[in-house]
Amino acid sequence: MRCFIGIDLGSTTTKAVVMDENQNILGRGITNSRSNYDTAAAIAKQEALVNGRFFLFRQALANTGALNGALDGFLGQLERDFRSEQYLEQLADLEATCQRSLATAKFGDATKAVGEALTEIFRRLTVEAPTLFTPTAKRKSDFFRDIAGSQYLATGEAVAKESGIRYDFLLNVFDRSIIEVENRVYGDSIKRHLLAALERTFVELPETAGRRNQVEAPIKGILDTPLEETYIVGTGYGRARLPFSKEHVRSEILCHGLGAHVMYPGTATVLDIGGQDTKAIQVDPAGIVESFQMNDRCAAGCGRYLGYIADEMNMGLHELGPMAMKSTKTIRINSTCTVFAGAELRDRLSLGDKREDIMAGLHRAIILRAMSILARSGGIRDEFTFTGGVAKNEAAVKALRDLVRENYGETTLNINPDSIYTGALGGATFAWRAVVEEGKVAEARV
Amino acid sequence: MTNTAAMPASVKKPQNVQKEDAMLLQKEMINSNYHDLAHAHEQGRKVAATFVPGNLNELLMCFDFARSLPETNALQNGMRKKSGKMIMDAERDGQSEDVCTYVKADLGMMMGGEVGPTGEVLPKPDILLLSYTGCFTFMKWFELIRHKYGCETVMLHVPYQGEGRIAPNMREYVVKQLKETVIPTLERISGVKFDIDRLRQYMRESQKAEEDLVAVLHSAKNRPSPIDGYFGAVYYIGPIFTAFRGTPEATEYYRVLRQEIEQRVREGKGPVTPEGEMGEEKYRLVVEGPPNWTSFREFWKMFYDEGAVVVSSTYAKVGGLYDFGFRHDAAHPLESLADYCLGCYTNLNLPSRVDMICKYIDEYQADGLLINSIKSCNSFSAGQLLILREVERRTGKPAAFIETDLVDPRYFSAANVKNRLESYFQMVKAKRVAAAAVH
Repeated sequence: MRCFIGIDLGSTTTKAVVMDENQNILGRGITNSRSNYDTAAAIAKQEALVNGRFFLFRQALANTGALNGALDGFLGQLERDFRSEQYLEQLADLEATCQRSLATAKFGDATKAVGEALTEIFRRLTVEAPTLFTPTAKRKSDFFRDIAGSQYLATGEAVAKESGIRYDFLLNVFDRSIIEVENRVYGDSIKRHLLAALERTFVELPETAGRRNQVEAPIKGILDTPLEETYIVGTGYGRARLPFSKEHVRSEILCHGLGAHVMYPGTATVLDIGGQDTKAIQVDPAGIVESFQMNDRCAAGCGRYLGYIADEMNMGLHELGPMAMKSTKTIRINSTCTVFAGAELRDRLSLGDKREDIMAGLHRAIILRAMSILARSGGIRDEFTFTGGVAKNEAAVKALRDLVRENYGETTLNINPDSIYTGALGGATFAWRAVVEEGKVAEARV
Repeated sequence: MTNTAAMPASVKKPQNVQKEDAMLLQKEMINSNYHDLAHAHEQGRKVAATFVPGNLNELLMCFDFARSLPETNALQNGMRKKSGKMIMDAERDGQSEDVCTYVKADLGMMMGGEVGPTGEVLPKPDILLLSYTGCFTFMKWFELIRHKYGCETVMLHVPYQGEGRIAPNMREYVVKQLKETVIPTLERISGVKFDIDRLRQYMRESQKAEEDLVAVLHSAKNRPSPIDGYFGAVYYIGPIFTAFRGTPEATEYYRVLRQEIEQRVREGKGPVTPEGEMGEEKYRLVVEGPPNWTSFREFWKMFYDEGAVVVSSTYAKVGGLYDFGFRHDAAHPLESLADYCLGCYTNLNLPSRVDMICKYIDEYQADGLLINSIKSCNSFSAGQLLILREVERRTGKPAAFIETDLVDPRYFSAANVKNRLESYFQMVKAKRVAAAAVH
């Protein structure tokens, strides 16, 4: 089937959206951008296609009614089994890479002992692997680097202690190997992993095994249907690195504008707060950008501002919003410089102000910057759509609601839980329009 | 060398940079003026320093002054990658980060022994002629230079066109100052008696050059435009806005330039870029605000690589505004000097600037307006967002806003500027596609 793909290469994460001929979103994929945009684009796209397969499985299985009532449970299990299969392959790859890295390391007499320790670490990681993918398991991240990294660090520390070798040798080997492994694309293994996962799922959920034939047939049918990459549009900071011609590249301003329009067709003004920039965009009723403004010269007031504050407070990024929500008092914090805000934060703490009140002040400071950029772009019109990573932060959203009401009156504020995919969605829509409305065909990079 | 360590490295010059004949001639003229300046005192000539907007070049020539223009010195140093160190030197000497970077480049050049853009040492001025006061920074700038050299300043107060027109009493006021203060001072410093017929003669030359320059700038109404009315035009305006207006060399330069451009129109050619003939003209823009000089070529490339040509710019009128009919008038020499000062672009009020930009968008069939806002330039930047909003409203054409600096290389963020420009070009294209779908 024909697929239209949008890829958004952000500074932190790379996102992809796959769309079908009727502009239905089939799948979404996300990965860390690494230092390698080519791989990030390939992996995000692959993730979105896998996600698309699952969407199609669901559709097909719902149509046949083979799993009546048990569909959600079955697909959830299948996905976890699939992730587990993928993880095991990458883990084996990481082990082999670590052993190769060891051969060129200069650990002298310790080399043999480090090799044995590596074998032991990976033995334990393999044994522990299934526990990471149980229905109740909580993972901080879905990226291999993060999952394998935290497991390796914990297990490595224990193994180092037991065997009396230096822990930093183990860290050194890991650091030299992980980049190589995370930059590999395991595209060929997807079908194999899905089939293996299917077997596991039948074992895990024995009650479904009885309907094996009715379940297997639609899944295999979909696996045999090629998802044709009819047209791809790339956007985001890494867009120049995408392996296709200029025709396939759009600025993220245009993609965010169109993506917000697709999510909420009544959108007139878009605010996007990402890791390193803030964009205020005005769109026309067709989702075409009419004007835009971005932060210039300084990225204070962007997502990284919160990241910096989280580091200063020794907290997780996602903990800031909930803490700020507990605030009972307004504290004003400057928004002109991220580093100065850190100094102000420590000063406030030393004066005895409560952490939650300071946090609320910081969130308001970010939004004040955004309000100024919005004003520059022509103000807020109804409807107003807020996208980007910061839109997930409830305290930022609260500050925005308050300031919008104070300055522009009642306005519809749209926030989509999938707003991180706005740029990629806009890209996929541009891809769809290029082929379906403008009759274009894909062009290779010259 | 340690001082320059923190500055961004110079971009390596591309090989075989292409220029029109007139651009080469222009460069020779500018260089020859630096040579004249360097040897003026040896030859017994006095030196005047004066600013570009609304300058009184013809009048200064009546007293045999060699003319030095501090803004031009700064921009030439910027283009030659010398301004970064000068600015840092001036900052070390106590100038704030927010001070106009032309001023700091100039002060830094003084501290470095007055070595000018071409490597020759520039002379200490004998008189500072502050002929335009619309930029308040100019006054402060000359105060600093006066303090440094202890030389005399003569000031011409130019009233702002607050009502959007030149009232008769404004003209009378300027003429009165010319007669009572400026001319007597220049006579005293130079020792040359003022001869109004000599002024009339220079003005006749000015007028011829002005006619030809206007024809060149108007040539951008053609499709494709044979010139870039911003990046190319800054070369074209060099002689007329500096020490050459009123000289036969300038008249000759503009005659040659006009011929060259008219030939390009006949051949249906687009502008010449540093990398040769420009490809297909895809976007026609009007630009407001001065260019960035330190990354001038990189900045220009971001336009021509995308097929964007600037058909008209307000900066190309920074010295004086000729395209709405003003010419130096030998029949009324002092009155026309007054009108020239009063009519320069930065002396216009915001509604007049908006009118002018809207008119350009209409007459040059532009796709939209781009504003390059300069952090440290108040005379240009104040009110630019209002201009943008109003032009958008009146023309229905998309506008965009970028920020760079004049000659401080630290304030040119190529990745960010490029990102915004690409977004803008694509926005223009998307609007065009959408409009075509409707009709």
